[in-house]
Amino acid sequence: MTDLRIDIAVKAGDFALEADFRAGQGITAIFGQSGAGKSTLLRTVAGLMRPERAHVEFGGQVVEDTEKRIRVAARKRRVGFVFQDDRLFPHMTVRRNIAYGARGNARPGQEQFDGIIALLGIEELLDRRPATLSGGERKRVAIARALMSDPQILLMDEPLASLDFARRERIMPYLERIRSRTRIPILYVSHEIDEIARLADTLVIMSQGKVVVSGDTAALFARSDLGAYLGSHQASVLLRGIFRRYEAEYGLMQVDLEGYTVFLLGPPDREDLPQPGTALRLRVHARDVAISLTPRSDISVRNQLPMVIEEVVSGDDAFAEIRGMVGLQVLKSRITRKTVDDLRLRPGMSVYAMIKSISFDRRLVQEHD
Amino acid sequence: MLTGGELQIILLSLKVAATAMAAALPLAFFVAWALARWRFRGRSLLQAITTLPLVLPPVVTGYVLLVSFGANGPLGWLSREVLGLEFAFRWTGAALAAAIMAFPLLVRPIRLSLEAIDPGLEEAAKTLGAGRLRVLATVVLPLSLPGILAGVILGFAKALGEFGATITFVSNIPGQTQTLSLAIYSFLQSPTGDMAALRLIGISVLLAIGAIVASEWVSSRLAAGGASSRD
Repeated sequence: MTDLRIDIAVKAGDFALEADFRAGQGITAIFGQSGAGKSTLLRTVAGLMRPERAHVEFGGQVVEDTEKRIRVAARKRRVGFVFQDDRLFPHMTVRRNIAYGARGNARPGQEQFDGIIALLGIEELLDRRPATLSGGERKRVAIARALMSDPQILLMDEPLASLDFARRERIMPYLERIRSRTRIPILYVSHEIDEIARLADTLVIMSQGKVVVSGDTAALFARSDLGAYLGSHQASVLLRGIFRRYEAEYGLMQVDLEGYTVFLLGPPDREDLPQPGTALRLRVHARDVAISLTPRSDISVRNQLPMVIEEVVSGDDAFAEIRGMVGLQVLKSRITRKTVDDLRLRPGMSVYAMIKSISFDRRLVQEHD
Repeated sequence: MLTGGELQIILLSLKVAATAMAAALPLAFFVAWALARWRFRGRSLLQAITTLPLVLPPVVTGYVLLVSFGANGPLGWLSREVLGLEFAFRWTGAALAAAIMAFPLLVRPIRLSLEAIDPGLEEAAKTLGAGRLRVLATVVLPLSLPGILAGVILGFAKALGEFGATITFVSNIPGQTQTLSLAIYSFLQSPTGDMAALRLIGISVLLAIGAIVASEWVSSRLAAGGASSRD
């Protein structure tokens, strides 16, 4: 289902932006280096910039179409914009900041207000002023304010960029909650591949004012030709697995991956364990995947998945990237070219991918259906 | 104690200055807004005109007013016929002269405070569904309040003491256009007026100190409003 359609061309001085993509529910990440035109894209969707040519559609409404001479004013577009610099009103309390958005559009009641406050955990902050909040608190208030305007789309411009690692880790779960509890599409601008691996359902890669490619995040991570944008040294894949059970004795989670059982570390807090049967997104870096020609029992690595090699891509350095299929899912392994030659690895070969349990990204994400 | 004459002079001066501020403030805010936010043709011209009363000799400003707003002046005729407002040799004329002389002092602090407001806040308000008027009332005005107050206090003090343009435009008529400064001037001209002039000078000093105390109080209240929310 397409909830969001964007086809725009913007000129601002020397800079030109062209973007054309569709996205559904959940989080659509706009990924690219600074200067790629990500913020311009968001501002155009919000109606804060005048495009040369545009068709922008979300929530079942066309808000801009230059050919049909449609242009809905920014204040009537019902976008919830979380700006990179928060833009909280300094002269108002947190409560008034959040309530501000409720007046313009259809007025949400006290119940919705309480719900949003609870969702973002800011009950304690309501009577304070923005100047007294920490960076992470400010961000949560800004998100609450945007949600309170009952938006048809949520636009987030690098919401975590100004925060340190610990604060990012604390805000991510709120973003995941918003994704799973609201049905509105979220456009999420970022240049952090880790955030995208964790949050994005759809990925739009931008470079120099153009969309390079867009599509399902896991599918794009699986491709071997996007290393220039996603970083070949950091190459990773996103696997979909079903949580089966928790081995409390060892602190390990059993996850079903294409009919094979893999073991990964459970979360530090057992409260955070998902329900059995929950679909999880597992991230594995290519550099953490070793290749064996035969299954081994005399080795510490417990996760040994049969894999059929699809492609061997040699880099211009010492390394090569092996791309193979485990069942229907793509796995990547980054090993030296020398090893490729020694083992005579070629497309079509059946091998075993060896993954240490500790190599799975421990920050688990529930998959959207 | 104050004599009846002195009281009349003080009340007239306050009336003239207050009217000047009330009339000039909306226009001053608009001009400050235009200069702070818009890039348009004639912007530097507007800026020059706004600053002009500050650099022109007040007598010249008064003369220009006399020629244009006097009994036979084109603007004087227009305001009389259309608005029913007479300026020549009336206290309203003194207020007009005071307003024009105080205008640059009013515009500058307001403009500075408007320029200090992050335009991003206005964008944020827009995306939250606020129209222009609501953005003005809930974001721009509250955030520029310190500048507006500073401008009003400066402008009020200027209006209270205005001399050159006032005496040129509306003359020095006791009970009608004789404000504090003009009265002091008159008493100093008369051989027996030294004592009366001295009393008025003392009153001027007291008024000035009062204005300073009031402005300090207002700005400390504003600062306290920000601080009390910090706990």
